[in-house]
Amino acid sequence: MKPLLEIENLVTTFDTEDGCVTALDGVSLSVGQGETVALVGESGCGKSVTSLSILRLVPSPPGKVEAGRILFEGEDLLAKSEPQMREIRGRDIAMIFQEPMTSLNPVFTCGSQLIEAIGQHQRLTAAQAKEKVLEMLRLVGIPLPDQRFDEYPHQMSGGMRQRVMIGMALCCAPKLLIADEPTTALDVTIQAQILDLLIKLKKKMGMAILLITHDMGVVAEMAERVVVMYAGKVIEEAPVRELFRAPAHPYTRGLLDSIPRLDVREDQLGTIPGNVPSLGSMPSGCRFHPRCPHACGLCAERVPELRETGGGRKVACWLGTPGMAVAGERSASR
Amino acid sequence: MNGQRRPLLEVRNLEKHYVLNEGGLFRKKTVLRAVDGISFSVFPGETLGLVGESGCGKTTAGKCILRLIEPTAGSMEMEGEDITRASFARMREVRKKIQFIFQDPYSSLNPRMTVGQIVGEPFAIHGICSGVERRKRIERLVDRVGLSAESCGRYPHEFSGGQRQRIGIARALALNPKLVVCDEPVSALDVSIQSQVLNLMMELQRELGMAYLFISHGLAAVKHISKRVGVMYLGKIVELAETEALFSSPLHPYTEALLSAIPVPDPEIARERIILEGDVPSPVHPPSGCRFHNRCRYAMPVCRETEPEWKDAGGGHFVACHLR
Repeated sequence: MKPLLEIENLVTTFDTEDGCVTALDGVSLSVGQGETVALVGESGCGKSVTSLSILRLVPSPPGKVEAGRILFEGEDLLAKSEPQMREIRGRDIAMIFQEPMTSLNPVFTCGSQLIEAIGQHQRLTAAQAKEKVLEMLRLVGIPLPDQRFDEYPHQMSGGMRQRVMIGMALCCAPKLLIADEPTTALDVTIQAQILDLLIKLKKKMGMAILLITHDMGVVAEMAERVVVMYAGKVIEEAPVRELFRAPAHPYTRGLLDSIPRLDVREDQLGTIPGNVPSLGSMPSGCRFHPRCPHACGLCAERVPELRETGGGRKVACWLGTPGMAVAGERSASR
Repeated sequence: MNGQRRPLLEVRNLEKHYVLNEGGLFRKKTVLRAVDGISFSVFPGETLGLVGESGCGKTTAGKCILRLIEPTAGSMEMEGEDITRASFARMREVRKKIQFIFQDPYSSLNPRMTVGQIVGEPFAIHGICSGVERRKRIERLVDRVGLSAESCGRYPHEFSGGQRQRIGIARALALNPKLVVCDEPVSALDVSIQSQVLNLMMELQRELGMAYLFISHGLAAVKHISKRVGVMYLGKIVELAETEALFSSPLHPYTEALLSAIPVPDPEIARERIILEGDVPSPVHPPSGCRFHNRCRYAMPVCRETEPEWKDAGGGHFVACHLR
């Protein structure tokens, strides 16, 4: 099956006071038709920049997509003109943001904002548009849609606003929905409502979802495939069950070990020593090697490529490669 | 429960109401009941977790204990001494025994003070030790929370979130407190850093023997660190029990829904999620009777009319629900 979205070697940089920093350094990933892919990583790993790059929403300057290709249905989004991108945004690829508080305009009613979104892509009469919006509001589970239509964002709770955002994103039936931390700002019981809603809507409308999150619990419940990022690079990719059962990269393993579990009793949490490196001062070789329990000489010298290991899995680590074995022997014999 | 031991901190019927407007001839007075009569005790050396969703009053409760916010009613006893109406000067003494760790490691450290000054400020405020002695103690504290001694001369902006939270912990521990109120200490941190800070806090407790009141919305973290856990909903504690008991057999329908709402990081586990309808009601107009009745799937007519009593369901498992 041909993937819906295919990102190849994406490089995005930002000009800062301390010089040019590389936020994304050769990111490659794909999303199939109707597939849910989770993009996970800690703050600063580049997951949000990836999503903004796809929609060409990276603020420029200071940001710049330096290299790579973003193929959506076989066409390179980076080669599109701005008017063409406007057509694609919202109609083919829609996005919901983390902050339901700030992503709606406070001075317009929710109804008028939804009508605006629909009006961008479809020619409808005012009555048709309103009917469509009310249908959308019902679909995302907003009680009393007729009343909510005329309300302002501040009159709604965080969960309701996120529902409005989802309604807005889905009103043109996009083929791909990018959800950037859609539930991070919400309470757990509201998060459960929203995740439930996304699962239902996906079943009904069949869109693909690129879910960006740092919450492994959300990943386990939603995703079919997982892409793990660390410091601007993809370090592991695997089907969700495989990833949780046997994480291949030491970082993924550390990440899973450091989550306190509700269903398992443990006395001490696993930790990853140290901190995420800043973009300005990346370690040489594998970017994880200063924090990695298995690091050897080779890791500090050469960058491991993302390589296929079978069963739809990919990992960027020297562990288990012939090169690593040689380096291991060398350091042992020394 | 724990009849033989005296509690370190005992809170009874604590209330904090905010008057939104005083009312008048034609206007009714409106009151926001942030904390509406909660009681609990913290025993020496234990960790009591307080969980709840945003707006349930958990932070307000924590701040009331240190009198950073003046409670409206109720009483609080620290080591048998009533601190509810203690004088300002007396409270200053009491705060040597109760310290606070804040949620936001960015805004809770003064950006114009060095780490040494921040960690040493409790000594300065209380006039404890000076000169070389103070510097030594500061260095020991900084070292104890896992930062290098040279950090003392640096400023907060030079540190990451997790390191800043360590600085906040060092400051809280400076005076060897008996109780540390921790308000969402790890919520602002990344998962791998969260586990570092949680482990550090547990290590320090084993070593120094202070009690924690651990306030958080992250149930997994609370479960990991706490001995007992209280669950808050709309200004009330609805359930309080030993951690194991609460998580394995929750008695209150809200606790049950809250636990089921948390995504489990394991795709092999298929669970039935209890989806609560609607949102948390406003604490200005809480529902009558049991505050949870309008979202509860077991609600009975009695729940709408009378508020359930706070009772022991056996073995120190307290719950406020008509079902039990």
